[in-house]
Amino acid sequence: MLAPDTTLGTALTKRGVTRRQLVKFCSAMLGTLAMPDRYLAQTVAAITKARKPVLVWLQFQDCTGCSESMLRSSHPDVADVVLDLLSWEYHEVVMAGAGDAANKVLDRVAKEEKGKYIVVVEGAIPTAENGMYCTIGGRTALDIATQMCTNAAATVAVGACAFDGGLVRANPNPTGALGVHEAVPGIKVINMSGCPHNPVNTAAVLVHYLTFHDLPDLDQYNRPLFAYGRIIHDQCERRAHFDAGRFVTEWGDDGHKKGWCLYKMGCKGPQASFNCPIVQWNDHTSWPIRAGHGCIACASPRFWDHMSPFYDRLPSVPGFGVETSAGQIGVGLVGAAVAGVTVHGLVRTIWPVPYPANAITPAAPDAAPTAGKEN
Amino acid sequence: MARIVVDPVSRIEGHLRIEANLEGGKLNDAWSSGTMFRGIEMILKGRDPREAWIWAQRICGVCTMVHAIASVRAVEDALKIDVPENAKLVRNLIAGAQMVQDHVVHFYHLHALDWVDVAAALKADPAKTSSLAQSISNCEKSSTTYFKGVQARVKAVVDSGQLSLFASGYWGHPAYTLPPEVNLMAVAHYLEALAWQKDFIRIHAVLGGKNPHPQSFLVGGMSTAMDPDEPAAVITPERIIFMRDLVRGALKFVNDYYIPDVLAIAPLYKDWFTRGEGLGNFLAYGDYSLGDQSDPKTFLFPRGIVMGRDISQVFPVDPHKITESVAHSWYEYSDGSAEGRHPAIGETIPKYSGPKAPFDHLDVDAKYSWLKAPRYDGKPMEVGPLARMVVGYASGKKEIKDSIDGVLKALNAPPTVLFSTLGRIAARALESQLMAKQLEGWVNQLDDNLSHGKTAIFNPVRWDPSSWPNSAAGVGWHEAPRGALGHWVEIEGKTIKNYQAVVPTTWNAGPRDSKGQRGAYEAALLGTPVADPNRPLEILRTIHSFDPCIACAVHVIDAQGREYTIPRIS
Repeated sequence: MLAPDTTLGTALTKRGVTRRQLVKFCSAMLGTLAMPDRYLAQTVAAITKARKPVLVWLQFQDCTGCSESMLRSSHPDVADVVLDLLSWEYHEVVMAGAGDAANKVLDRVAKEEKGKYIVVVEGAIPTAENGMYCTIGGRTALDIATQMCTNAAATVAVGACAFDGGLVRANPNPTGALGVHEAVPGIKVINMSGCPHNPVNTAAVLVHYLTFHDLPDLDQYNRPLFAYGRIIHDQCERRAHFDAGRFVTEWGDDGHKKGWCLYKMGCKGPQASFNCPIVQWNDHTSWPIRAGHGCIACASPRFWDHMSPFYDRLPSVPGFGVETSAGQIGVGLVGAAVAGVTVHGLVRTIWPVPYPANAITPAAPDAAPTAGKEN
Repeated sequence: MARIVVDPVSRIEGHLRIEANLEGGKLNDAWSSGTMFRGIEMILKGRDPREAWIWAQRICGVCTMVHAIASVRAVEDALKIDVPENAKLVRNLIAGAQMVQDHVVHFYHLHALDWVDVAAALKADPAKTSSLAQSISNCEKSSTTYFKGVQARVKAVVDSGQLSLFASGYWGHPAYTLPPEVNLMAVAHYLEALAWQKDFIRIHAVLGGKNPHPQSFLVGGMSTAMDPDEPAAVITPERIIFMRDLVRGALKFVNDYYIPDVLAIAPLYKDWFTRGEGLGNFLAYGDYSLGDQSDPKTFLFPRGIVMGRDISQVFPVDPHKITESVAHSWYEYSDGSAEGRHPAIGETIPKYSGPKAPFDHLDVDAKYSWLKAPRYDGKPMEVGPLARMVVGYASGKKEIKDSIDGVLKALNAPPTVLFSTLGRIAARALESQLMAKQLEGWVNQLDDNLSHGKTAIFNPVRWDPSSWPNSAAGVGWHEAPRGALGHWVEIEGKTIKNYQAVVPTTWNAGPRDSKGQRGAYEAALLGTPVADPNRPLEILRTIHSFDPCIACAVHVIDAQGREYTIPRIS
């Protein structure tokens, strides 16, 4: 059904996007991806030459917050992503069609675009009760995910729930919820953890894929290093206060008004990795610590159980509060991340006890992450 | 008799399935089924009640923050914490902004494509579209060149053969009857609203760090520290100016786009003023006050009940009369009954008993939904913008009455047209305008407090759990964009013993109860004509008019099955 001569480049030209604007957009994307400018020409060329790849966005045990987050994308503008950058053919919360008309889209894409389309998954996938805790069109989430992910070129799991089951999998995991890479093993998946995912990062991954036909460098959780390779604490605007020992000790106190460090109020920034302080949210307007509240480490594996209680201070860490040691932790992690080496051991010493201590979420049938092994 | 199935119902939050019987071109029965379950209340048990809002907020990411506010209010009620005025102002601003943004997104992105034929926009004359737009609104973007550009963009998408989100629409369906120019104008405004919503919601980033899921609530106040002289504070003079611009922009968007578009499109679909009526019973808890949260007299949206479309009487809300039935829901009660139970003594044991997947039809005579069936005094109720406007109108609340009377006069119609599919759309638009008018006042009050050094935003007396009683119970009410929301919490030994939420879409989308009484969606579909059973556009029109939010609606109550004192209300 596609006119073979139709490319994104002609589509953009038709709607009056100049080459200058396009270059600017591609340049911004490279910035997020932390890639050197020498790739600019290649990115521009890829964006303008590629026929629009098909994307389907599946929603399972979700809150639709990750879809909403995508709708907040500013650079690129959400309409550009949905209409011009990709052919966004299935997405329950915004697509025109419903019922049979919608279900037929999935079948058509799986067949006609086999091996070429991108699938985004939002939400966890229930495995208890034969998967009947989530059905769409009379089919289970697991059935649909298996069909669509195994036939796709790549799967992008957005948000904590699609990453590792998220909140739905938190103790006692009433529905046997899993992240997509566990529910559908063996697929090529990139995880965009966070609650929700940050659309800046997801857009950058899509552009990277369009440009290089491959995924960016990933960490041990299949998350892109450009977004998850650095500790929040090391990028935090309040870091100087931590180093100087200036802490908020009660909500609304003088330190709180002065923007001091939230470590003593339970902030999990020292053991959370995400580029949240740099890209921020909603067109770079702010981020949670800027709003006076501690980080809950929402991009970390199984954060709901492992990082809560959210208002409890991180357990006493040797050297914490001392500039050099805290700095060394950060340097160590960045170095390890850049080298692509796992950093399990280091952080495990910081956070040895999952929550609730006596009720660890039952492990999934496969090698699901459990306390102490991960993070 | 033909069985029509719509699954997934798209352009909603969550997973909803509608089955309906078609006879003689009209629906003579319908069943509403929620098809996804997570069990968030079970997950909340044993956690720190101070962080319950962080978890509960994830019940929904579309109406994000509504469960956060209901949750902190429930815990504050249980621990008897009064929050400072600034915290109330910030909460009103966050919630009010959410309501305006959410309603705009609903109208343009979730509902408009039921009325607007995107393909037909290509046939429009841009010059005529420009005249039309200029005749109904003061909006600046209304030139012929502008509409030509929009049309070219739509044409490029259509010509590419890759229709993206529009690929599966019912284009050309006979129920689409707008002139091409109205279609083009609406498509243009679809794109404008898409750009506006992400810009405006930056107010949540200012006051909550991000949207969705802002992160600044605290049991006892808000984390948004205020200081007129500290640039690193969250609320500063500079940020007040930023927020004032945003809320003024919101009112302008509602006045220039949303209201004129609703008033332009509604009269062209007059039949829908008599379709989709539904139950005629309306429930509103009321909200948006700087005073005592349990004193409904101070609310912008009043609390009350209207029964059987009789707007001459408003009944008080007695929370003891709220029950939930599981007669047709995939749950069981431990005593084996399916009768309604009050949420405070509620319990839920999920037990799926439907067909094995893949399936074609549900067994609608048995259990058929993950939603329960809430009832008030045994009766099904509608909640949401229409309920708020009807209760406000019947209560004689001046702002609401003036607003509705103005529109009824413009449409030359009696108040009974409110009880319809279009009535819900109009009510949502009008309350967006009422709310958008309020926002700047709250920003100004915050500004006033800031400049007078009145910066308290958190009440610390009960932050330390050692100050809590051994056991406590509370309830938190909120009027969310989709309607009346209540959270119930029971705290024992510093942790959550029991947590329950009775949510707007559960009221509206719930299944039948043990007496066989239909829920609001099911009742609203009765008598709806369907031109083409393979393309049931008419079903979408009425269901979307409620703005379904199914993730919210499906929840589980995990209690010990024993009674405790029902928390106070008013």
